[in-house]
Amino acid sequence: MTMRKAEGSTRRRFLELAGAAAAIGAVPVVTVREAVATPETMAAAIRTVVGTATVQPGKVKLDIPPLVENGNTVPMTVSVASPMTPQEFVKSIHVFNEKNPQPNIGNFFLGPRAGRAQISTRVRLADSQKIIAIARLSDGSFWSATADVVVTLAACTEEII
Amino acid sequence: MPSALINVPKKAKRGDTIEIKTLMSHIMETGYRHTAAGQVIPRDIITSFSCRYNGEEIFRADLFPAIAANPFITFFTVATESGKFEFEWIGDNGFSETASASISVE
Repeated sequence: MTMRKAEGSTRRRFLELAGAAAAIGAVPVVTVREAVATPETMAAAIRTVVGTATVQPGKVKLDIPPLVENGNTVPMTVSVASPMTPQEFVKSIHVFNEKNPQPNIGNFFLGPRAGRAQISTRVRLADSQKIIAIARLSDGSFWSATADVVVTLAACTEEII
Repeated sequence: MPSALINVPKKAKRGDTIEIKTLMSHIMETGYRHTAAGQVIPRDIITSFSCRYNGEEIFRADLFPAIAANPFITFFTVATESGKFEFEWIGDNGFSETASASISVE
């Protein structure tokens, strides 16, 4: 009698343990990236640049491939519609992302001598996500453009070497 | 051995807008990767790039780990006078490199 009871409880315990193990096994799959920028941290990073000013969509053109195979090097061009005269020019261009470990990609400072408000570089993307480029104009206004990028092979944030 | 690739037109007409392309060889280690033993590989990136045209700064960039290895940056400037472009890259672990290119403006 007591033997049977013990057996039953062992079996139940085993099943419970198995279930728990399965649950534990599932958790790391979901939380494999510990440090990830979120839309909230991106918004905070944008706030540190623009302060309380409003960011209007327009004037900025963000060229980035909509589908990239390799997130380790993604060509990106940002251009801003501006006459680039000493009276009216683009002061800086700031690029942000949603899901890399950090929300910043780069800050680029131009001036009226640039002639054309356009920069190109190559970026890393750790996931499919939204990219935002924000331009600060000489009159203090901020303009932005966004682009969604699908990444099939993510950049090396969790790669083990 | 760090090395830079610079592309600046040799000649330009006064007032022309010219494109400047730069590439600096650098690993741009993000600081988010791990070894097989689980140790974090420390961050090693270029944090700042600047370009001066005859001594006056015409372009500057703050770089983050999200910039791909061997940072490639292009930008524009108006050719105002003959002279020299000086480029400077500054990064982690005391990384500091310079390069220059000259232009003749007619």
